[in-house]
Amino acid sequence: MLIDIILIAVAAVLIGVYVSWRAGRLDRLHARVEKARAALDAALLRRSSVALELAACGLLDPATSLLLAGAAHDARAAGEPTELAESDLTRALRAVLSQPGFRASLDGRGSADELLAELEAAGHQVFLARKFYNDAVAATQAARRRWLARVLGLAGGAALPDFFEMDDSLVVAGDEGWGSDMPHLTS
Amino acid sequence: MRVGIVCPYTWDVPGGVQQHIRDLAEALIGLGHEVSVISPADDDTPLPPYVVPAGRAVPVPYNGSVARLAFGFLSASRVRRWVKEGGFDVLHVHEPAAPSLSLLACWVADGPIVATVHTATPRSRVMHASGPALRTALEKVNGWIAVSEAARTTLVEHIGGDAVLIPNGVTVRRYEKATPLPGWPGEGGALGFLGRMDEPRKGLDVLLRAFAELGAQRPGLRLLIAGPGDVEDVLAKVPAPLRPRVILLGQVTEEDKARVYHSVDVFCAPNTGGESFGIVLAEAMAAGAPIVASDLDAFRQVLRGGRAGELFETGDPAALVQAAERLLDDPERRASLSAAASEAVRAYDWPVVARDVVRVYEAVVAASGQVGVVR
Repeated sequence: MLIDIILIAVAAVLIGVYVSWRAGRLDRLHARVEKARAALDAALLRRSSVALELAACGLLDPATSLLLAGAAHDARAAGEPTELAESDLTRALRAVLSQPGFRASLDGRGSADELLAELEAAGHQVFLARKFYNDAVAATQAARRRWLARVLGLAGGAALPDFFEMDDSLVVAGDEGWGSDMPHLTS
Repeated sequence: MRVGIVCPYTWDVPGGVQQHIRDLAEALIGLGHEVSVISPADDDTPLPPYVVPAGRAVPVPYNGSVARLAFGFLSASRVRRWVKEGGFDVLHVHEPAAPSLSLLACWVADGPIVATVHTATPRSRVMHASGPALRTALEKVNGWIAVSEAARTTLVEHIGGDAVLIPNGVTVRRYEKATPLPGWPGEGGALGFLGRMDEPRKGLDVLLRAFAELGAQRPGLRLLIAGPGDVEDVLAKVPAPLRPRVILLGQVTEEDKARVYHSVDVFCAPNTGGESFGIVLAEAMAAGAPIVASDLDAFRQVLRGGRAGELFETGDPAALVQAAERLLDDPERRASLSAAASEAVRAYDWPVVARDVVRVYEAVVAASGQVGVVR
């Protein structure tokens, strides 16, 4: 009799430890998602800031400036980044960067090189931040789908995180051959 | 005069601004002026002799939808060359607040510039964020024209200047004479509608409810509908016995539009709102169709307070029924309304509208020098 009770007790403790470990892991995954999301939001905000700077710098023709200002403004208007507005900003940036003679027209003009470098850096930052965020989301979703997590409600009240899908590629038509996800605008 | 007109959107794509510019250019040429229009255009599109292509426009998200715009230094230099070589007495740009050719023309050029605003949308915060070049460019405009009251109000709010209201014209001769579609109007009489079937503000629902009553009372009365939209949806709103008497043509060509106006006894414009001018009304008037229209401000004005067409209480199918009955039963009244409409629409005929535009040109030229390039 006693040995049965001891075995059951040990099993209970081991199960408890295991479940606790799983819950802790889920907690850590959620924390990772939150941090990654904060980083993504910051990167998107940085990108739209640089776009606004470029629009206001006076080195571009007024039509291009207006276009960039509009897209950047719309991206920030909602407070929280939205997939649609950010994708539209990407498209506007691509359209501007792929204008024939764009690079040449800015040669040797004041802070143009700096701004382009910042824009490139901001674009890469968005690309990477989004990749890491989506990776974190994928891991978290997978962990939560396992039956133990579902049955025991290990996630508590936490909302299931969503992927952030947007068009964030600044690869301009004609440059795809370089084989890099992160094109370099300033050479 | 030598007039240089700038079109900001791709020439061959259907659009209100492009249509307006095409009609204005041809009317000005008809009045004896020399006109050159610069516009983005896709390669290989056949262009009228007065159009100079400025390269391809790029589809870009702008202001909530995708617009085809020509921006960038290459576009700017094309406009600059056109202005420099054009020797124009006046530049007439359209929609200068869009990030495209018209704005660039204001930027590179100097001298008498007239600008026409077609839509009521400039967003002042965005414009402010885009730097001083934009404001400077727009300040170079000497005379503003607005095609609607809504456009004029936004102009006053955002750019501070006042604008002359010159509405869109209609090419009367295109609609004046046309052969009715075979078998129309038919013995039982015919009502007509032209416009987007699925856009609630066009008012098709009001007309369908009215037709349910009229069609039941009058055997043989038919309803002719032309315009895009879902056929099934529309027919579902008609009582089953009347369905064979509702004919849906879908979207029609310009020539067939004219024929539609001539194929009905009474043309209905049951719009419930959103019509700053009501071009459909002007076309129907040009065709001499007897009209029954909602009592919207814009319609009341164009129909001379009810003298050139019957007005009924907006959105009220019973009122529409009464107004239509008055006309269906009275061929003399129809004839006199038709004559009054043809007379009233002459004020909106393009040659008349173009003359008003020329007056704006002349006023602006008197106060400024010659058109040239500044950068």
